[in-house]
Amino acid sequence: MSEPIVRIRDLEVEFATEVGVTRALRSVSLDLARGRTTAIVGESGSGKSVTALAMLGLIDAPGRVTAGSIEFRSSAGAAYDVLRLDRRDPRLYQHRGGSVSMIFQEPMTALSPVHTIGNQVMEALLTHQAVDNETAQAEAIRLLERVGIAYAEARLSQYPFEFSGGMRQRVVIAMALINQPELIICDEPTTALDVTVQAEILTLLDELKAQYATSVMFITHDIGVVAQIADDVAVMYRGRVLETGTVREVLKDPLHPYTRGLLAALPGSATRGTRLQTIDDLVAPEELATDTPLRRLPSGRQVALPAEAPPIGQPGAST
Amino acid sequence: MSEPLLTVRALTKRYATSAGRWASRERSEFTAVDGVSFTLDAGRTLGIVGESGSGKTTLVRMILRAIDPSSGHAIYRTAAGEQLDLTTLTERELQPLRRELQMIFQDPFSSLNPRMTVQSILEEPLIVHGERDANARLSAVQAMLDLVALPRSSLTRFPHAFSGGQRQRISIARALILRPRLVVCDESVSALDVSVQAQVINLLGDLQQELGLTYLFVAHDLAVVRHICDEVLVLYRGRVVEQGPTETLFNSPQHDYTRLLLSAIPEPDPDRPLRPLDRATLNF
Repeated sequence: MSEPIVRIRDLEVEFATEVGVTRALRSVSLDLARGRTTAIVGESGSGKSVTALAMLGLIDAPGRVTAGSIEFRSSAGAAYDVLRLDRRDPRLYQHRGGSVSMIFQEPMTALSPVHTIGNQVMEALLTHQAVDNETAQAEAIRLLERVGIAYAEARLSQYPFEFSGGMRQRVVIAMALINQPELIICDEPTTALDVTVQAEILTLLDELKAQYATSVMFITHDIGVVAQIADDVAVMYRGRVLETGTVREVLKDPLHPYTRGLLAALPGSATRGTRLQTIDDLVAPEELATDTPLRRLPSGRQVALPAEAPPIGQPGAST
Repeated sequence: MSEPLLTVRALTKRYATSAGRWASRERSEFTAVDGVSFTLDAGRTLGIVGESGSGKTTLVRMILRAIDPSSGHAIYRTAAGEQLDLTTLTERELQPLRRELQMIFQDPFSSLNPRMTVQSILEEPLIVHGERDANARLSAVQAMLDLVALPRSSLTRFPHAFSGGQRQRISIARALILRPRLVVCDESVSALDVSVQAQVINLLGDLQQELGLTYLFVAHDLAVVRHICDEVLVLYRGRVVEQGPTETLFNSPQHDYTRLLLSAIPEPDPDRPLRPLDRATLNF
């Protein structure tokens, strides 16, 4: 197996709040395999989005990265720790939006309401590459057509309010792809969409990933979506990674009681007329307090490996 | 067999629209809900599903008369056994019925007033409906908190002190404190995390058993609908394309649009890949 595109080690993020310090990430270690889709699953507050923001060096006050490293390896061979890049380092500019791009949940807030679609898609390219306006426009049209927007040339001069929710998300995807990033981070990209539109967007993302050989990190709380799009899965809970594995391993043979709880809590045909099981029914609190994620041995046997560095003591931290 | 609790007949809502500059303005009408009919028996749950813009919310809001329908009828059997057409009543005539018809909203953050304590949120419906005895109100509020499994210490706290799931419990308590008979749940569990959603779904089920509630359950999540609804009505562009008992509808959908909706649900099983139907192949 080749080198992972991103290697996160012992990442700790804290947020200072009025009532004390909240540890948003606790000793998170995670590899994103190159050319694969890794789904990060978890509920609100589990640290999914904070992990994504940290990967772009976007943790701002009152948040603070207190420990750990995020090593990014480009296919060209460049390797750097995102957390150690200076704010003015040109590599940081190249990293954000160039090598790594992001697709957000809410396409209406991700797009500027006062700029045309064409303007916004071209801006991403003009910021990162030395191209003239005409080339940028041609490229924007090509990509908008690729993501399924008909009459793309005519629609360049339209504004986001003239697009439906699904069409807006297609525009956001075109913006994310225009610099041919090596990694796309999708933060709940289909949560705000109808289930039919969601199916179309998931199919599109899958095709694009194959076409451009991009690595994808896919943040979601929807296990159905995970099953459809992911190659690998990491389950997060309250700032910890509880378990990692391939999508088949995690969904068919979950190691952690929390993962089993998440699967059992899903309503469906089999649960009709019964009470749904809740996480509280299935998981003892102490089972959620471990700092060492469950990992699989090649044989598939369950084992808890110690983290590579001992967890950092946080005396005043809330739990 | 007694009369159904609610009988909806050809309920329709049209909105006037206009396009173009004022001189050459073209007036036309947009039909948001088009001739919807169904019956709902007491103690049952009817799911209303469809995509955004299909008219789900407009339909239930017309039944509660939050929106006035353009035509059609919604006959409701009151606790006293009268059959009343909700669409023809005046505001004054509706007022006492509002006790019996309640709604639980989608977003537990925007549906609770951030400046009111839980006690005043839960008391307000009682005050509106003329309960003057403060002690009686307090005991009703406390009983309601017990019912939705929130601690009594919640009374003096404000909504911001609660999690999403707890807030939705407060919304449920507020809807149920007047002991309604028909409860409209408009995407009431959509905004919740899976584990919290499971708790709230269980709670809604328990309360239905305990209080004999009838639910109109609006949702876009078909897995949730399949779990809790007895019958389902599928709306597409304001029209009912299919309705029937839940298992029949899910197991052998008759209409192309129902099949499209069902095929789009991502199954939590990596061996069952998503194969969305092509919308273009459907003819409506």
